[in-house]
Amino acid sequence: MDGAQLAQQLINGLTLGSLYGLIAIGYTLVYGILRLINFAHGDVLMVGCYMAWFGAVQFGLPWWAALMGSMLLTALLGVLIDQGAYRPLRRAPRISALITAIGVSFFLENLGLVVFGGRPKAFLRPEVFNQIYQWGSVRVLSLSLWTPIITALILAGLLVVIYRTRLGMAMRALSRDLVTVRLMGIDTNRVVAATFAIGSALAAAGGVLWAMKYPQINPLMGVLPGLKAFVAAVLGGIGNVVGAMIGGLLLGLAEILLVAWLPQLAGYRDALAFVLLIGILLFKPTGIMGEELPE
Amino acid sequence: MKRMLLAAACAVLCASLTTPAPAAEPVTLGVVFPMTGPAAVYGQNGVKGLKLAQQARPTVLGRPVQLVVADNKSDKVEASNAANRVIQKNRVQAIIGCLTSSNSLAAAPVAEQAKVPMLSPWATNPLVTQGKKYVFRICFIDPFQGSVAAKFAWANLKAKTAAVMIDISQDYCVGIAGFFERAFSKLGGKVVLKIQYNTGDQDFSAQLGAIAAAKPDIIYVPGYFTEDALIARQARELGLKQPLLSGDAAQAAELIKIGGPAVEGLYLTTHFDEKGVTTKSGKSFVAAYRKAYNEAPDSVSALSYDSYNALLDAMERAKSLAGAKVAAALAQTKDFPGVTGVLTLVQHNAVKPAVILKVQGGQFVYVATVQP
Repeated sequence: MDGAQLAQQLINGLTLGSLYGLIAIGYTLVYGILRLINFAHGDVLMVGCYMAWFGAVQFGLPWWAALMGSMLLTALLGVLIDQGAYRPLRRAPRISALITAIGVSFFLENLGLVVFGGRPKAFLRPEVFNQIYQWGSVRVLSLSLWTPIITALILAGLLVVIYRTRLGMAMRALSRDLVTVRLMGIDTNRVVAATFAIGSALAAAGGVLWAMKYPQINPLMGVLPGLKAFVAAVLGGIGNVVGAMIGGLLLGLAEILLVAWLPQLAGYRDALAFVLLIGILLFKPTGIMGEELPE
Repeated sequence: MKRMLLAAACAVLCASLTTPAPAAEPVTLGVVFPMTGPAAVYGQNGVKGLKLAQQARPTVLGRPVQLVVADNKSDKVEASNAANRVIQKNRVQAIIGCLTSSNSLAAAPVAEQAKVPMLSPWATNPLVTQGKKYVFRICFIDPFQGSVAAKFAWANLKAKTAAVMIDISQDYCVGIAGFFERAFSKLGGKVVLKIQYNTGDQDFSAQLGAIAAAKPDIIYVPGYFTEDALIARQARELGLKQPLLSGDAAQAAELIKIGGPAVEGLYLTTHFDEKGVTTKSGKSFVAAYRKAYNEAPDSVSALSYDSYNALLDAMERAKSLAGAKVAAALAQTKDFPGVTGVLTLVQHNAVKPAVILKVQGGQFVYVATVQP
């Protein structure tokens, strides 16, 4: 492999990695605050994509309006899921909430099959993102350059919310001790709802970027990105938003470079993600950026 | 008064519920197709073909035909479950299905064990029928399709080297890739790179990067249309200009909708195209399909149509619905005038011509018919 090919593969890896990272941020946000692994995150992403598809393709909205609309509607969906499925289980053992999350995931997938049908739909890629830049034999799609920038902006915005606002303060407090926070007179249900709204809107944003890159959407499209983002979140230290981004980038690069160096192992690309997951759980369960939690 | 009205309403309701007893009990056929999941497009088109066939020929041996559609969710385990379900619960006389080779391989042992004849419209992997008494197919098999593709690549595309992308979760893809390689090497060509992926993958940049380094003359991607469309787009984005050659699983309108300009010039080998129709039944099928659904029929719908008729023919010839007799009659299917061509079953597989298509101007364009 010569330098240009390596550069090309590194760019491919960074693009894929920042998509994983963006989706993983939503995952990790909900976990950080509620200690709930929201396995429905990938399927919320799918619903977000369909919302954007309806906006852009059916109603002919410009892409940014479709994206905004989709983020709003998906945020609403996140709040509804929390109200309907997770809130009644707030005091139940954590495993009940986890199983409910898997149930919500299946529910959304099958609802998608009934409502949207099983046939995949073509997603649009706006002209801005469809330019191809070329340096020597290295070619980059403008979307691939925009994705890390958008991801970084979202990450920065999220950090501001978490560390500079009252809502963020409440979120951080909640992640320490839900019962005490409630005793202090904070409406915990509102804070949790806000967390789900932000997490789901991020899923929609990640999903739309994903669908622009791989322009095909179907009701089961969220499964694999969801699982990969989960691995990325654990890799980076689940609960830590910066860690999720780093985990995503590492996973994306690892997947691409595995195939680049060992093409005969290309079929094991997905397996690599899960081998990494097992490895990190065995040797450093708190992940790269994770803090040691007291028992 | 109120009570009387209620009684009257009840009487009307009861009368409408008790339809007159049917003259004869229906003949039930189980349709085990992927109605959801990655192969949903094929399943839904197949059912369109079957419905048309049922309208044209609603009875067999003087009894009405009933179709029971069971979704196999494009999944191997579900395929075997669905076959079991239609046999045990719906007591079907025969099964039409499955469509993909992987699903058919999972369902075939169930039908074989229950001694229920099973006829697959579209499963091209040779192993599906091998060593089975009750399992048949109405399509050609992949050693033939692979060699047609290899000859086309060698003679028409003037390719000396090829890279092959293989979907390792599909028995069809693994099989046909091997047959292509064998035939291509025999002609003097060389497969310089074989690289794998899985159904449902969306990012192929790493695989395509490796292909770019290998610099083949053509890329053979005998995968499903969803992955083929994404592969084509990413290949063009990465600056790969080689012709793409695919197989029958790429023939779906969604290939072009998703692939857009990237799939222009893609060639594929398949079973059927309305412009290659030679038989009288084929022409009337195309007209009826266009009238009913306002779109061109594809291979799966045509093959499903043929499966229905070939199965009913066998029942008529057997003059019985007993599994063993229908299977024996199916095995003797000879010169059957199907819409996909005149076909004869040899060792449970159809021997019939293949069609080569090309994507041009956002449409599938007929290129040639290759005789076996």
